[in-house]
Amino acid sequence: MIDEKEKNAIIRLFHVYRHYGSKNALIDITLDVFKNEFLFISGPSGAGKTTLLKLLYLGEPVSDGQILIDGMNLSRITRNRIPYLRRNFGIVFQDYKLIKTKTVYENVAIVLEASGVKRRMVQKKVNHVLRTVGMEQRHSAFPPSLSGGEQQRVAIARAIVGDPKIILADEPTGSLDSESASFIFNLLKGVHTRGATVIIATHDKELIRKTGGRVVYLSSGRLETSPYV
Amino acid sequence: MIRLFYKRAIKDIRENRFLNAVTIITIALSILIVSVFALFFINTNDLINHWKKGIRIMVYLKTNTSGARIPDIKKKFEEMYGVSKAVFISKEDALEQLKRQIKSQISLLEDLKENPLPDAFEVRMIPSSQSWEKVETLADKFKSLPYVDDVEYGKKWLGRFANIVNLFRLTGYGVGGLFFMAAVFIVANTIRLVLYSRREEIEIMRLIGAADGFIKIPFYIQGLIQGILGGIIGLGILFFTFMIIAANVEQGFLPGSFQIRFLPPAVFFSIVISSMIVGWLGCYLSLKQFLKI
Repeated sequence: MIDEKEKNAIIRLFHVYRHYGSKNALIDITLDVFKNEFLFISGPSGAGKTTLLKLLYLGEPVSDGQILIDGMNLSRITRNRIPYLRRNFGIVFQDYKLIKTKTVYENVAIVLEASGVKRRMVQKKVNHVLRTVGMEQRHSAFPPSLSGGEQQRVAIARAIVGDPKIILADEPTGSLDSESASFIFNLLKGVHTRGATVIIATHDKELIRKTGGRVVYLSSGRLETSPYV
Repeated sequence: MIRLFYKRAIKDIRENRFLNAVTIITIALSILIVSVFALFFINTNDLINHWKKGIRIMVYLKTNTSGARIPDIKKKFEEMYGVSKAVFISKEDALEQLKRQIKSQISLLEDLKENPLPDAFEVRMIPSSQSWEKVETLADKFKSLPYVDDVEYGKKWLGRFANIVNLFRLTGYGVGGLFFMAAVFIVANTIRLVLYSRREEIEIMRLIGAADGFIKIPFYIQGLIQGILGGIIGLGILFFTFMIIAANVEQGFLPGSFQIRFLPPAVFFSIVISSMIVGWLGCYLSLKQFLKI
């Protein structure tokens, strides 16, 4: 049973530690995430949710342990392969991380441009994804002129435009009103339906309850539930 | 793709107009100073070569040298190192020549009872061996021969002049090198400031999977544009100054057949290319330091 699941694992963590100086942010995390899974990482603020996501796309290095992403061992990856690793991910950052000096369109298009997609194709895909998130009217607006919910929609458009295998979303509904939150949430559901693996870090219990799906709890850097379902 | 990089570079330049203008002007001034040196050397070199072409050593024989020895002496001269040709000018020929040259006062010569001029050899040198020490050594050698009365090879000062020019040339290389370095550091600093103002954007681009090349290329384009513009502006200023000076000064003190000239195309393009290298190197230094983190 477990072996079958292991074959299907797209992300595997083995005894992963992360510490900053003497402070332990993550302690002995072992976890498998399966293809097309919808996984919540829950827990209070400061439990290590964001850190855990960062380790996956090498935003930070692990202090100890191993991580495999779709068969790639992150500790063996060379510096110039990191961009290719990151193209497996669509990341929705907690603070959106939109480029303030670029328009909505440019913010989304840059993902495709960076991976060398032809201009015509970029246009087609970006327009399509902006329509999906309901931002096509504001394609030439700059991020600072957008509301939080709008910025989050752009961030999601950017995360999904390259059809990544894995979506990582860090508190995607954290600072939004319930209407915006459920819109964002439905977008993420939609991506999951089309085959992506979705990992959401959130402390929003209401959101988890409405959705269902596997939940793992982080508390003071430790995983509280069994790594398997 | 290139279009995209180019657009990003142009956008950066426009957004940091002042910074870029200062950089381009600095490059232009550096290029101007270096190319002034280059222009000066090319022309003094031309001038020296122009003078050198006229170098010949006149060897005057003692009056008691018999005519029968002339072919021997000629052979001996021509076998000496650095000599290409020795032409015998008999005293009669010399007198004829003199008469032709001073036609109007020919009466002065008519009273001569005997020819006062000595027999002589006009010795031409192989062009490549025309360095000044060699001319001097050769002249001394001639002088030490028993049948030689005197040796003349005028323009001794030319040798000293050429040495001074050589010294200037070395200084020119040194100054050129220093300006090159200064320009590189200034470009590096500009790019560093642009990078710094874009550090958030660069960080985001890296997080979404942009390779280093994708991030770097627009900055390199920016550096190259700065280099090309700086080079062309510097050389442009030099050209206009040159035109003005050439129009006013040329007839003044230069020998009639000698023309001062602007930098030849090869030098012109080498300067533009070094200017581009300045831009590229400046960028390279900044990016190397900045993207390490």
